[in-house]
Amino acid sequence: MIFTWNIPARDGGLAGDEMLLAFDRGRTARVLICPAWFDEANKLRRFTVEVMRRLDAAGIDSLLPDLPGCNESLVALQKQTLGEWRSGMAAAAQSLSATHVLAIRAGALVAPAELPGWHYAAQSGPKLLRGMIRARTIAAREAGISETSEGLMAIGRESGLMLGGWHIGAKMFRELEIAEPTVAHNQTEIAQSQIGGSGLWLRAEPDEDAGQADRLAALIADSIG
Amino acid sequence: MGSTPFIEGQLDEAALDRQLKALIADVLGLDQAQAAAFGAESGLFGHLPELDSMAVAGLLTEMEDRLGIVIDDDDVDGEMLETYGGLLAFAQAKLDPLQTPS
Repeated sequence: MIFTWNIPARDGGLAGDEMLLAFDRGRTARVLICPAWFDEANKLRRFTVEVMRRLDAAGIDSLLPDLPGCNESLVALQKQTLGEWRSGMAAAAQSLSATHVLAIRAGALVAPAELPGWHYAAQSGPKLLRGMIRARTIAAREAGISETSEGLMAIGRESGLMLGGWHIGAKMFRELEIAEPTVAHNQTEIAQSQIGGSGLWLRAEPDEDAGQADRLAALIADSIG
Repeated sequence: MGSTPFIEGQLDEAALDRQLKALIADVLGLDQAQAAAFGAESGLFGHLPELDSMAVAGLLTEMEDRLGIVIDDDDVDGEMLETYGGLLAFAQAKLDPLQTPS
């Protein structure tokens, strides 16, 4: 279930290894999972893998690559850019022979446009930043430090920013400020209301919901046919 | 998600109360009955260990989406976040600035 995938190196250097969690039995339908990011990645990790288990039971392979700089990755998060995450996901789709893509929350920002698939509760770059910056200003206020969203945005654009423990580089920050998920041809948006219940990314602490995982997996399995 | 709680241009306080409780239930993973038990003095930020700054930020961002309001840095203070009553009064004032929250 645990594999690695090779991400092409920038500047033609050696390819980097990143972790891959996969239910890979060489079946016809192979769904690339573009996971949620940062804090939401933690909150949605179990849900994501529970959906993958259900897809496996429905006869569908699924492939969840780590984004470079996240989880077990050996490269620094602060050096990552949105553009490189996009090309990394496109490379993963190709090398893993993905036939579909399921993007979750901000994962929609890096979903390969050429694959048919689904965007589940897609999150835009500006909203992602807004939430993380707000968390930082609230924590700062609690600690008696004065920080403003505007001031933090300026620092982020100029030299990157530590948000919620994630060091986001300046280029990534500037890219996220204008990044909107694009639903490509053959891709469908799945709103939380179609899944029922409340989004697990909202929870203060990671949680699970078997019913939600059932419904998202069923929606995908029915659509693949 | 729910529409802005207005009836014929008037702020429907009961609807706002229900929406805000539902949102807190979503954040804290409570069922609706538990959330319904929230009173004005029920403690939030600083009282519930799971409600850290990241969770509060998520709650405020979701409030913006569900209620159609914009919450500025200056709006966020200890009083507003400390109790359920404080948060409800804040939401009321944001939705209906002419009405002074009690």
